[in-house]
Amino acid sequence: MSILNLKALYQTVILENAQALHHCETLTGVPSVTLHNPSCGDTINVQLVIKDQTIEQAAFTGDGCTISQASASIMTDVLQGQPVSAARQRIANFSKLITGTQLSPAAQHALGDAAVLATVAEFPTRIKCATLAWHAADQLLTMGDATNGRTN
Amino acid sequence: MKKLNYRADFPILTTQINGEPLTYLDNAATSQKPQAVIDALTHYYTTDNANVHRGVYTLAAKATDQYEAVRDQVAAFLHAARREEVFFTRSATDSLNWVAQTYGDQFVTAGDEIVVTVMEHHSNLVPWQQLAQRKHATLKYIGLTADGQLDLADARRQITAKTKLVAVAHASNVLGVTNPVATIAKLAHAQGAVVVVDGAQAVAHVPVDVQTLDADFYAFSGHKVYGPTGIGVLYGKYALLEQLTPAQFGGEMISDVDWQTTEFAAIPARFEAGTPNIAGVIGLGAALTYLQGVGFDAVQELEQPLTDQLLTGLSQIDGVTVYGPRALADHGPVVAFNLAHLHPHDVATGLDMAGVEVRAGHHCAQPLMRYLKVTATVRASVGFYNNSTDVERFLTALQAVKEFFHV
Ligand SMILES: Cc1ncc(COP(=O)(O)O)c(C=O)c1O
Repeated sequence: MSILNLKALYQTVILENAQALHHCETLTGVPSVTLHNPSCGDTINVQLVIKDQTIEQAAFTGDGCTISQASASIMTDVLQGQPVSAARQRIANFSKLITGTQLSPAAQHALGDAAVLATVAEFPTRIKCATLAWHAADQLLTMGDATNGRTN
Repeated sequence: MKKLNYRADFPILTTQINGEPLTYLDNAATSQKPQAVIDALTHYYTTDNANVHRGVYTLAAKATDQYEAVRDQVAAFLHAARREEVFFTRSATDSLNWVAQTYGDQFVTAGDEIVVTVMEHHSNLVPWQQLAQRKHATLKYIGLTADGQLDLADARRQITAKTKLVAVAHASNVLGVTNPVATIAKLAHAQGAVVVVDGAQAVAHVPVDVQTLDADFYAFSGHKVYGPTGIGVLYGKYALLEQLTPAQFGGEMISDVDWQTTEFAAIPARFEAGTPNIAGVIGLGAALTYLQGVGFDAVQELEQPLTDQLLTGLSQIDGVTVYGPRALADHGPVVAFNLAHLHPHDVATGLDMAGVEVRAGHHCAQPLMRYLKVTATVRASVGFYNNSTDVERFLTALQAVKEFFHV
């Protein structure tokens, strides 16, 4: 395999996001979850503003590789404005996509730019980089459920 | 005339990675295994397997003899004063934790100081941090000079009359430096403190003489010195070992067990509770025999030009920052660097596409990363079986990564 194969992993959308991160900011007074990837030291902090069961705003900060940063950036675009239930569905689908499961065209479409991260499945050592932010968002939603007294 | 090409002894070096020849430059993480070690393991399980120290039958005696012969071999390898000063553990990590849990728990008390260096691997740091917390002792750090070497002036400041224990790496797994252990030992001993040396990164590259270093404890792992994983060594000065209560109890470590009390076996059996990693010990013996056959003169003759080629090649790539001393005389076969602002993971994935295997991350040395004001680095590390083609492939691939990411 040549180095040109990097194109499969680092597609234009990913490189562009990493260059100009979306929603990379700290929101005050908003719950946050910070996750670390202990094998490399990557850190991602995600915040979600949830009102009336809808994600009004998504933001992140962190330090890590191109894949983890771009994935977080794309995730904020994908989740912002979504009802919590739809956001959960997208997070679950992203997790499938990144481990090599084929999604329905509709599910893939719903993931927007995140769908390009499907190629990460071919780079098993980088899957954790791509999923870190999504795990953080998932934990935030679960915390939100807990405070709302929901059980599922 | 000695042969100076040992590649054929390492079967893995003929394999491919991502369709490219394997270029293995992560020797600091673990070394590859020569056929001699692989054969020794197979031979042991095929013809000599029995539990040690437990049977009167011939096969058990054979296994025990081989196991104990490796103790002699390791004692000679480390230049220990006596064979009883060497015992087998799981790893360097296990050895260092053992010292913390025995010597540390017995002798460190509230208000004492434990001194480490900022370059320590988590294995030679977290056990001391935890000990300090348990005992309400103070953990202190020796810093670095501007070019990334241990700051001896700072060592003189940090090691005081309150210091009970100094823990230091013989060689750094990031900065490429070999530390002046004998000097540190002198400073520590002058204050009545003991010195614990993490030899994980040294044993494969430099001859070790624990008596010249005046190390009180010296730890290393078999897998970084061409041996199997799961086997480690701890050397301790006999007079110190005599004072220690075992950390584990069970079979092999006793001489007599009564209803309420137990008399422990003599040292070193006292510190080897349970069935040991017999195959690991035998594999380690084969590795040391192999390494001594190559000889440290040849090891250095082979590794130094490669380190030089790495440092020179990296210095010619725009945007590369190398950590640790720049002068070859001060730099061992471990070279950590960053390529502009590009994350080490991105660099390492790029190199991997070209079959070049390097480490990217914090190298289990997060305080050092903080000290260097980075979160991670890329690290290339050579062994004597690497050649200049390996380093060229690495440099060419790095150049291609640089072009791909436009950095
Ligand atoms: C300097 C140093 N100390 C300790 C260790 C721990 O070795 P092990 O994981 O084999 O116990 C390592 C290896 O990663 C190391 O590089």
